[in-house]
Amino acid sequence: MKIIVGMRQLADLVEELEVADSEVDIDRDFVKFVSNEWDEAALEEALLIKEAVGGEVVVVALDEPDVDQTLYSAIAKGADRAVKIVGVEEGWTPTRLRAQLLAKWLESEGSWDAFFTGVQAADDLDGQLAGLVGATLGVPHAAVVSKAEPEGSSLRITQELGGGTLAESIATGKVVLGVQAGRQAPRYAPITRIRQAMSTSSIEMFEAPEVDLGPGPKVRKIYPPQSKGQATMLDGDPVEVAEKIVELIRAKGLVR
Amino acid sequence: MSKDVLVINERVQGENPDLTFELIGKAKEIAGSLGGSVGVLVVGDLGGTDAFGAADRIYTVEHEALSTGYSSQAWEEAVLAVVEAVQPKLVLFGTGTIGIDLAGSIAKRVSGPLASYVIDLAIEGDDVVATSQLYGGKLLAESVLEGDTVVVSVIAGSFPSEAGRSGGSPEVVSVSAPASLASLSLLPGVVKEPDKTGVDITTSELLVSVGRGVGSQANIEMLQELADAFKVPLSASRPVIDQGWLPKPHQVGKSGKKVKPKVYLAFGISGAPEHLEGMRSSEMIIACNTDPKAPIFEVAHYGTTLDLFDLVPEILEKLEA
Repeated sequence: MKIIVGMRQLADLVEELEVADSEVDIDRDFVKFVSNEWDEAALEEALLIKEAVGGEVVVVALDEPDVDQTLYSAIAKGADRAVKIVGVEEGWTPTRLRAQLLAKWLESEGSWDAFFTGVQAADDLDGQLAGLVGATLGVPHAAVVSKAEPEGSSLRITQELGGGTLAESIATGKVVLGVQAGRQAPRYAPITRIRQAMSTSSIEMFEAPEVDLGPGPKVRKIYPPQSKGQATMLDGDPVEVAEKIVELIRAKGLVR
Repeated sequence: MSKDVLVINERVQGENPDLTFELIGKAKEIAGSLGGSVGVLVVGDLGGTDAFGAADRIYTVEHEALSTGYSSQAWEEAVLAVVEAVQPKLVLFGTGTIGIDLAGSIAKRVSGPLASYVIDLAIEGDDVVATSQLYGGKLLAESVLEGDTVVVSVIAGSFPSEAGRSGGSPEVVSVSAPASLASLSLLPGVVKEPDKTGVDITTSELLVSVGRGVGSQANIEMLQELADAFKVPLSASRPVIDQGWLPKPHQVGKSGKKVKPKVYLAFGISGAPEHLEGMRSSEMIIACNTDPKAPIFEVAHYGTTLDLFDLVPEILEKLEA
């Protein structure tokens, strides 16, 4: 089975995000970019399938800050090839553009069985990638996938419907999946293996072709939510705050 | 150009989700200002029309591929058939599995714009203006959606559901099943109800809940100790479950359990919308997070930015004293 995994970089949510002077994007100058965690889950699921039934895993990403690290790390984890789509304008890339460019590359790649990517990304305002890639290519897709298991030439897909209810479906042909979580947590690639991948393999380049973006939301402004300041902050050192918390719980009759 | 609003009911089986009624309520307001009507698409078994009394019309599509289980391909074809038949100005999805699954592909196929993670909607002239949560709720984006048909997916809890539940007698309109449903390559299988074994976090009056901020599986032990001291289960947000640090029955949130304890203690939980959806109705929320801008503080009643590793041992000490 040949599985393509679409990966991307994203502003690290752990960091403070500032709004750019344009007021329609975040200030990207001082932000650390990391791999989208759901894409890592998609990669893990693809690698598990390859380990079970053989085949090939190819990772593909747009050229974004520190993306080489993500791609080499994927190779270190077991991906066979890595592809970078270059020539894309820097900044906030609409998901529609990602989908169009990935679809162009997928068409150029010839035969493949499945395209996996993360279920969503923290800035995918104009749509989630799996559905857009699927609709662009005319290939069925499924999102919020928590399991993809090979059965002969098919894939048994498990989707989370919310509240713990799971729905299974069988993909008998080519499929695009938005992965929420793999069957196991993404594996860790030690830095030595990543360095090894950097010295023994190379990233293939694909020049971004012209595409028609289609209609999308026109962002007027981005701004931090106004704090409703609902939470009463408990002041003091850990001993004092601990005492206040225990007191609050005691007042509810839940601790003696 | 139609002025109608179409709500997609995100139900595969069981109860109609509360979110559907939030959407119907908002759809009535929007349709009112546009001068259009409200339709709700119910895929699969309709049951009765009573539940959807606030809508003007109920659209149904019947086909074997839609009668049991869930195939996103089958649903996409059904939703598209109804959107093409109704040609609404606005299609409202929730940001549940079906909205995440289909909103993008439907928007793409009808050549309309989509705004995801919407928490507010308004009409300006002919356009829909959407306010969306981005970056896990850290920022909001206001965007304009232009076109004959525009699509949004709405985060649960954004609108009151009462307005979507009022009585009435909607017309039922059956839309012909598209021929494409006969040649699916993504076939519906079984639907599995939640695993009832293991811990039940929904009945506890107090929950100790842990998030990504705990840092590692080893560190969870300290929170488990705290939960044990209170004699309550340890619950968690999605990243902790996805990392395999705790099993799935411990998960609070959209894809986990909805909880409503008297006190919810949140340690190292930032408060992503999907998590808030599962716990915001708790009677009292006490949050501990080192980031003073963490969205959890917007729903918490009490908060502290102390490091959980400094605080938890002190709480344990107080309990043992």
